Amino acid sequence: MPLTPEHAGQLDALVATLSPEEALWISGYLASFAKHAARPLPGTGRPLLLILYGSETGHAAGLARQAEEKAAARNLAVRNLDMADFRPQELQGIRQLMVLASTHGDGDPPQAAADFYDFVRSRKAPRLEGTKFAVLGLGDSSYERFCQTGKDLDQRLEALGAERIHRRADCDVDYEGPAEAWLDAVLEAFARETPAAEAAAARPAPAVVAESRQYGVNRPFPAAVLENHLLNGRGSDKETRHIELSLAGSGFAWEPGDSLGVMAENDPALVQELLALLHLKPEEPVPGGEADMPLAEGLARRYEITTLTPGFIAQYGEAAGAEALRALAAPGRQADLRRYMAGRQVIDVVSEFPAGGLGAQAFAAMLRPLQPRLYSLASSPAAYPDEAHLTVALVRYHSHRRQRRGVTSGYLAGRPASDDSRIPVHVSPNRLFRLPQDGSVPIIMVGAGTGVAPFRAFLQDREARGAPGHNWLFFGERRFRTDFLYQTEWQRLHRDGRLTRMDVAFSRDQEDKIYVQHRLLERGRDIYAWLEEGARFYVCGDASHMAPDVHGALVAIVAREGGMSPERAEEYLKRLQKDKRYLRDVY
Amino acid sequence: MDHTDQPPDRSRDLSQPLENLSPAEAVKAGSRHLRGTIAEGLDDPLTGAIPGDAPQLLKFHGIYQQDDRDLRDERRQQKLEPAYEFMVRLRLPGGICQTWQWLRLDELAGRYGNGTLRLTTRQTFQFHGILKKDLKRTLQAINDALLDTRGTCGDVNRGVLCSPYPVPFHWRLQALAKEVSDHLAPRTRAYHEIWLDEQPVAGGEEEPIYGPTYLPRKFKIVFAVPPLNDVDVYAQDLGFIAIAHGENLEGFDVSVGGGMGRTDKEPGTYPRLADVIGFCPPREVVRVAEAVVGIQRDYGDRVDRRHARFKYTLDDRGLDWFKAELERRLGGPLEAPRPYRFTSNCDPIGWTSGPDGASHYTLFVENGRVQDAMLAGLREIARIHGGDFRLTPNQNLIIAYIAPEQRPWISSLLAEYGLDRRPSLLRQNAIACVALPTCGLAMAESERYLPGLIGKLETLMAECGLGDEPITVRMSGCPNGCSRPYVAEIGFSGRGPGRYNVYLGGGFHGQRLNCLFLENVGEARILAALTPILRRYGAERRAGERFGDFAIRAGYVREIRAGREFNG
Repeated sequence: MPLTPEHAGQLDALVATLSPEEALWISGYLASFAKHAARPLPGTGRPLLLILYGSETGHAAGLARQAEEKAAARNLAVRNLDMADFRPQELQGIRQLMVLASTHGDGDPPQAAADFYDFVRSRKAPRLEGTKFAVLGLGDSSYERFCQTGKDLDQRLEALGAERIHRRADCDVDYEGPAEAWLDAVLEAFARETPAAEAAAARPAPAVVAESRQYGVNRPFPAAVLENHLLNGRGSDKETRHIELSLAGSGFAWEPGDSLGVMAENDPALVQELLALLHLKPEEPVPGGEADMPLAEGLARRYEITTLTPGFIAQYGEAAGAEALRALAAPGRQADLRRYMAGRQVIDVVSEFPAGGLGAQAFAAMLRPLQPRLYSLASSPAAYPDEAHLTVALVRYHSHRRQRRGVTSGYLAGRPASDDSRIPVHVSPNRLFRLPQDGSVPIIMVGAGTGVAPFRAFLQDREARGAPGHNWLFFGERRFRTDFLYQTEWQRLHRDGRLTRMDVAFSRDQEDKIYVQHRLLERGRDIYAWLEEGARFYVCGDASHMAPDVHGALVAIVAREGGMSPERAEEYLKRLQKDKRYLRDVY
Repeated sequence: MDHTDQPPDRSRDLSQPLENLSPAEAVKAGSRHLRGTIAEGLDDPLTGAIPGDAPQLLKFHGIYQQDDRDLRDERRQQKLEPAYEFMVRLRLPGGICQTWQWLRLDELAGRYGNGTLRLTTRQTFQFHGILKKDLKRTLQAINDALLDTRGTCGDVNRGVLCSPYPVPFHWRLQALAKEVSDHLAPRTRAYHEIWLDEQPVAGGEEEPIYGPTYLPRKFKIVFAVPPLNDVDVYAQDLGFIAIAHGENLEGFDVSVGGGMGRTDKEPGTYPRLADVIGFCPPREVVRVAEAVVGIQRDYGDRVDRRHARFKYTLDDRGLDWFKAELERRLGGPLEAPRPYRFTSNCDPIGWTSGPDGASHYTLFVENGRVQDAMLAGLREIARIHGGDFRLTPNQNLIIAYIAPEQRPWISSLLAEYGLDRRPSLLRQNAIACVALPTCGLAMAESERYLPGLIGKLETLMAECGLGDEPITVRMSGCPNGCSRPYVAEIGFSGRGPGRYNVYLGGGFHGQRLNCLFLENVGEARILAALTPILRRYGAERRAGERFGDFAIRAGYVREIRAGREFNG
């Protein structure tokens, strides 16, 4: 963003006088300042009073309307929002916050307020220095935990650094009188706040400044786990997890379509089993990058100890004196070797052909370094600036009498949100799978299973930027009831009109299996019309079946709707690919 | 109150423009006779619910949109919508079901439902756990079984109850129950178009009785046969109490204005027992029913749904006004009521036999839930039984008209499936509504909790030297009172998880409302409070004195003489 010559001059003058540490501190300060800058109403300069209500039976909603009218009468800029419609961005830059919260049942928040309640109480909640707030609780005093939701929110807002402008009221079933008096007092207090007085009060805390060395693939950033939830409902045979990681302080820049590389650790039980089978001491040193590390740690974090390679078979066969392995590794036996390796892992070979007297270094030398596994980012930095969301399917299967789990998916599944666990990650750009620069270009997205992840980022991004282009999503999974990944998010986007169209295919909900390509064929006329109008077509997910089937469906659609031969239709799609309008991220 | 000399207040009824009435009235009025957006909602692939206002209209088709509340919180975290599913309630006037129909319904429960059949206090079946994608197929299969679900929920006359015990003139009562139910069922073709894929019929779409906005709230009609008050006639909007001379059915005493529903912390709402206002011969029954329903349609409160039941119309305008209005509509007064006597509202569990040599077996079904071994056993019985099945208003099942030569077979099947066990009288007379996890209104457990609580009360009664004494215990998960808790000797209404209001002093045969005894308490408090009362009852009761009567005499609660006294 260009500065005026005047500002540029002032900045240069300032920079010239700074030590490197001071410059770094100021960069963090300014970044934080920009992020926390108040969001005045356009053209008014008045701070916005946000009224957030959580209602079960409509009383809190009614009070919120009353408060809104009263606030407007006092010439306050006001926004009235149901906690059910709350999104974390709403709190950014809010200086004045009024919370009206019912308590339901035995001290629980109303269903509609549950997400907000969880968010505010979670570790993801933003700091609220510079926000002034007041909470009104509604409840029924015949319950032990009377007005508990209001009490919890009141306490939590204070703990987040917000300043209580008026004491909380806990209102019983006959709330009308006390609530109205409270509203008047609180609005009076907010009204006394003048925009001029605020500028000084709202100075943000300096952001924690990133360390100077850059994080990247060679120096993964230790990301804290903010959320780790199962996305599949009860009774599903899938286990897909939604994982949110904090990238705050990483210095990473990324865009929707990019991936996150995750450096997993091997299953500790597997490490122990290998050490025992090979009679190796865990503390023996092995090469570990810059310096040696103990074997146990190397097997856990540095070496690939699951996937077999022909090289490993050959070297291990020699070392173990295993005639059968040596024979398989001989030239001309590739087909037999592949057949043997299928479904087997390092542990199977080691237990089948125990090698006595193998040294730690010799064993380590047979192993490849453990590689990061890439996952499409399921969030947009425009919506979640410091977070990376992933959609991770746990790989589980049975082979050769052993239950196996994917290294990285198993590792991630076992990392619940907590303060002390960190996941080493880096951003891996994918310039071939980006949103159009022009936000008005329509897009069609086809995602099966976890392939829907980047499209969540796409839609978040288009929403955050107010991009006007139409969006059409095709999603496929096994069962509607348990496997509709991110269902409630798509529903909201669809209701808001952001997600123009959505079609779903659930393969196991009926006798005949229905997949995304069947839905594409059903919608062929409209898809061709969108393509003719310049739409981009994105496919993400399984490379072996889904992507070819979708391509086949596209060929059929273009041929049918465009009156072309299959060959011409293929050319049409090739041209789309060349123009970067038919993009795939398949694996 | 006597309003007969002044024009009635019309500020809250049908005569007002829609914008002055409850939003529910506008939904009905704009629904094109209950069509609304149901068909579009069925086709919406992104949700297992039917969006918008349509669930309100679905009720008129006998379908409740619900969700598995046990899963709500975990699904929210899973970013999945609530586990929407549908409850489908059949229209089964008088509760009679043929064995072949039973077998179809059993099969349907397994294929589309949750594998159970729920018998209800309105003598019908409920399927639970039906998914949206299976709804239409379920209703079509019900239609193939010559049954329907019209008007079993919603603001219309609900299922008509009729005491199912085989008295000599039972067939006449049953025919009348069916006639009243058919006459007052919604006539709209919406049901056939939406569920049965029938084409719209040109012209003449109307509801001659209900009009476009139907009734202000639900309406309930029963036929009772003294001395058994199994239908709880006093808890109903309109009751017909059979007056017979030997085998000759002379007619019916007519009772009006009963109802259970109330709202916590709303003193203007209360349960009310019906008043007997006259007598009518059998041929007048349908006319009387239509006239009473018509008065409620025209004068019932359509502003506040919590105050919209017929009982409030009566209390607000006065019984004299009502009688005059009814007389005007019928073209003459009802005859004076004739004497009758009720002794109990409980089912006689076990074998009974009639003068014609046929036997009947009343099977105790705890809380009406037929599942597992009971479902399997009844399947076997249905395959050989030559008579019919009858659902009772106490949620039990009568295997009726068992021929003498079949009795040994059925008897041995009952034994084989463990269906011949006889629980304590306390348990036999206990009723719980469905509540959690499916009912959207429930605030506390009911069906899943009451059996355990009864076990504890059984122990307590044994300790108090009460043995096998019948006491009516009823529990509802919310104040609306589907299990008719406000006429129980010990009643419970749910307030929150594990917490209930406790009521004592109801009449043993449903003739007296109970009175609030403890508010918003948990099990420990409940048992601690009931222990001394039961102990004193064991020691001090008079011969034949019922527990509800004792609770009043001993001063634990006051006697409630009218609904308006219920809130003190």
